[in-house]
Amino acid sequence: MTAASSHSSSADNFKRRRVDRVASDGRAASFTTRSVKNAAKIQGLRWVVSMTDLTTLEGKDSPQTVRALCRKALRPAVGVDGIPAVAAVCVYPAFVALAKECVAGSSVQVASVATSFPSGQAPLALRLEEVRQVVQDGADEVDMVISRGAFLAGDKHRVSDEISAVKTACGAAHLKVILETGELETYDNVRWASDLAIHAGADFIKTSTGKVSLAAIMGVILVMLEAIRDHFLSSGKMIGMKPAGGIRSAKEALHYLIMVKETLGDAWLSPQWFRFGASSLLDDVLRQLRKQELGPYTAHYDVY
Amino acid sequence: MSSSERLPILKTFKLFINGAFPRTESGRTMIVNAADGAAIAHLCLASRKDLRNAVAAARTAQSGWQKRSAYNKGQVLYRMAEMLEGKSAEFLGAGCEPIEITEAIDRLVAFAGWADKYPQILGCANPVAGPFHNFTIPEATGVVGVIAPDELPLLGLISLIAPVLCAGNSVVALGSSAQPLPTALFAEVCATSDVPAGVVNLLTGQVYALIAHFASPRDVDAIHAGGCNTEDTRTLDMGAAENLKRVTVRDLVADQWYQRRDCHSPYWIESFVEMKTLWHPLAT
Amino acid sequence: MSTNSTNSSTPALDFGQKWKLDAAPETTPVQIADEYGLFINGDFRAALSGQTMVTINPATEEALAQFAVAGLADVDAAVAAARKALPAWQQLPAVERGKYLYRLARRLQERAREFAILETMDGGKPIKESRDVDIPEAAKHFFYHAGWADKLDYAFPNRQVEPVGVCAQIIPWNFPLLMAAWKIAPALACGNTVVLKPAETTPLTALRLAEVLQEIKLPAGVVNIVTGGGETGAALANHPDVNKVAFTGSTEVGKTLAAAAAGTGKKLTLELGGKSPHIIMEDACLDQAIEGVIQGIYFNQGHVCCAGSRLLVQESILAEVMQRLELRMKTLRVGNPLDKNTDVGAINSAAQLQIIQDYIRVGQEEGAELCTPTQGELPEVGFWQAPCFFKGVQPVHTIAREEIFGPVLSVLSFRTPEEALQRANQSPYGLAAGIWTDKGSKMFSLASRIKAGVVWCNSYNRFDAASPFGGFKQSGFGREGGRHGLRAYLNLKS
Repeated sequence: MTAASSHSSSADNFKRRRVDRVASDGRAASFTTRSVKNAAKIQGLRWVVSMTDLTTLEGKDSPQTVRALCRKALRPAVGVDGIPAVAAVCVYPAFVALAKECVAGSSVQVASVATSFPSGQAPLALRLEEVRQVVQDGADEVDMVISRGAFLAGDKHRVSDEISAVKTACGAAHLKVILETGELETYDNVRWASDLAIHAGADFIKTSTGKVSLAAIMGVILVMLEAIRDHFLSSGKMIGMKPAGGIRSAKEALHYLIMVKETLGDAWLSPQWFRFGASSLLDDVLRQLRKQELGPYTAHYDVY
Repeated sequence: MSSSERLPILKTFKLFINGAFPRTESGRTMIVNAADGAAIAHLCLASRKDLRNAVAAARTAQSGWQKRSAYNKGQVLYRMAEMLEGKSAEFLGAGCEPIEITEAIDRLVAFAGWADKYPQILGCANPVAGPFHNFTIPEATGVVGVIAPDELPLLGLISLIAPVLCAGNSVVALGSSAQPLPTALFAEVCATSDVPAGVVNLLTGQVYALIAHFASPRDVDAIHAGGCNTEDTRTLDMGAAENLKRVTVRDLVADQWYQRRDCHSPYWIESFVEMKTLWHPLAT
Repeated sequence: MSTNSTNSSTPALDFGQKWKLDAAPETTPVQIADEYGLFINGDFRAALSGQTMVTINPATEEALAQFAVAGLADVDAAVAAARKALPAWQQLPAVERGKYLYRLARRLQERAREFAILETMDGGKPIKESRDVDIPEAAKHFFYHAGWADKLDYAFPNRQVEPVGVCAQIIPWNFPLLMAAWKIAPALACGNTVVLKPAETTPLTALRLAEVLQEIKLPAGVVNIVTGGGETGAALANHPDVNKVAFTGSTEVGKTLAAAAAGTGKKLTLELGGKSPHIIMEDACLDQAIEGVIQGIYFNQGHVCCAGSRLLVQESILAEVMQRLELRMKTLRVGNPLDKNTDVGAINSAAQLQIIQDYIRVGQEEGAELCTPTQGELPEVGFWQAPCFFKGVQPVHTIAREEIFGPVLSVLSFRTPEEALQRANQSPYGLAAGIWTDKGSKMFSLASRIKAGVVWCNSYNRFDAASPFGGFKQSGFGREGGRHGLRAYLNLKS
């Protein structure tokens, strides 16, 4: 398969949809006016925990940090009942085997960013090799990045073909396709890239690498959820959604869940179909859960 | 009658409806006399049915006139001024003072110039609190009924018609009842001035017989009148109760019709435009 | 775990009860007196008429307060107070006049929560709307016009401006405080004095506003507020010492007022009814268009004069639009207006509910198909109508022609832009219109040919104090808001 292909592909299988940003942002903002209290809040926060892809993607990551991350993934809140394990840990390829070992026997999945994360700027063959490697090391989920350069140059076939190739390389592992929406700039592009990824075989679509400042914003996520919804309505196939980067507060996370509930419905309120990619979100969620269950707000040292 | 005297041909002026000169459907006419009492012409007395036909013609013609470019509307109004200038002698013969004729010509010129300028004076962009382009533009109200004052039969008529036409409205006008001849002559100006058929319709007749029929039709969108007494004004105002007509009655008398600061102003156009506000979001 | 599951049946989204939100009522207590008098010459007083009415909460049918009904003598006293206050108010330096309005705007912002709760209790609209729209916009209206007070000389070039005089202002029940602001703010900025009559089902926020006027020490008589029903309104509009009548309400009443004002020389502005077309072209951004439709017709239970009550959809996307609309409506939450999560509240009164229900019956009798996709039971007490729409509506149907003033949408289709335009303009009304298309030239072409005073392109139901609002044709005359809104409160001298 050539990098700049001109043949027809799944990229031709759908009609391009346009998005009016002002109205879309208005709709996204409306979800933030929902008031989530009491039992609904506890339920929502527990979901957030169970939907979290606990992530560490730093150059300074070490076996120690990965082990600590895995411990936290398995038991996010020491001393509080009823708090589930997170959905997955998300690490660089070098730590997949270690992470797999740490969470063995649990429900926690191991996800890894492959395909020359975060830029994607490596030859396709190397990126595919990286995918095969992490899958071989035990990754349950692969988070890939699309070629934004090709996308912005209008080479939809290359974008689409690369995703298909990665999907094949994933084998049984689930593929999350990172659009890096902050670099796509417009909602029209976000929608188009979402549709390209979905039609090329993505199991999940994901907003960001977390390495670009404009990461997960509600308006962008709404556009992606609508792409998922439209695909479901036309094909019956469910696709998952993972916002990542910049989600820090429990309150925001609840607003995201409200948006999911009112755009895609109940079926997506599950770690199987919705994930949060975040490193610091979990701490605030746990703080809120402790407050709900124990009374006073926690001190900063109460969270591990 | 001596053999050397020639019997003059007395012209019967007809109505001006839809660019043509039909006789009144009523069959009724009146005689117009010169100052010495000699009969100089016959004029039609328009009926309610003539008015109805004129309104129908004005309705049909209005959208096309509105669609013309502002530049073109200005040129047509200027052409009316040119033709009026050329026919000055006839208006003198019809009893108009020279100054009334020249002022009427200049008034047409003034509104010819306003046609492509008033939207910038009356409209505006609005600084709304949100990511929107928001602007307000004036648009023609539609079909406007004009009732000219008895005095200053040419200037009064032109003053009431010109601002209305300039904004893209069509007109059904009833000229001065007391001195109808200038109205009939003005029809000939319109007929030779590139005014599209139906955009200006001119009736001669009696205001008392027709005024209520100006107020009532639902296909008349606005009224521009002068020389009205209190009862006339009330009758016209009732048009608002019928279909929310925009009724403007000018209470000018005599020399006030010569006040250019008032009569040449875009505020005379304001009453015959509707303000349309457009919103459009700003985003990539 | 399998991430791709394929349903055998038609895919359906499930907006069910998996995550049920707890009730989130606004609980801040708000003082409501048992009885309210008329606000005349800076003080509250009992009506000389001796008559009273009761205002109820339409969501609970509980009585909220008793209020005075102004009779002829009361209206006379209010107009006299406004007349008496006029000279001093006009002569006040314009900057100072403006400062009263600034003060008023600030106090409204500061007391916003109280006003929002009161508005919702008295009128039935969701607290979300009174909190996020009605009250902030009312404050903004005063703030905007405050700044005009000393700048009127720049508003109408080459003309001297003078106030009209005593203004009679009659407002409806759909946006009680906001409409009061739309009326009072420009009138005061331009140096007029006011007698305002709020609607009989929603007098409380206007009366609370009177308390704020006392609080900011607005000179006595500059604003007078007389409560009552239609007779009070008629007495006010027909009062001989009134220079201007400003009315927002039905076209029917507007025509009556126009007839009464005929020949009196009173200045008249009328904001009346509508049956506004909302057009979706096949190239529209669909999700946003659907959101616009929802905003357009279900905002404030459809009690909106500019509601987008006639939906015109290009035939090629009609099925998709209907599907999306139905889905979207499943997430509308109808119920307790004080709950922060409520999207659609109570119908304003039993009488209005009856009107709406009659139209729904007629719509069905005439052959249109009623769809009510919203979920959940309506409360047993109070006045409720679930948001709904009619499919298969023909232009001749009653529900396609007459203003319903409720959460009822009529859906029609068209094939070409010219047909859309023809249908859009096929109405005696001309208040507002919406157009959704991604093509600029098409949008501007349609926008310039639709006969409507407000055209929302790729948006709907947006309002701003700086933006003129008002209708063509039988939707009334005059504009409110922006520079154009001042025109109705000033006489121009050359």
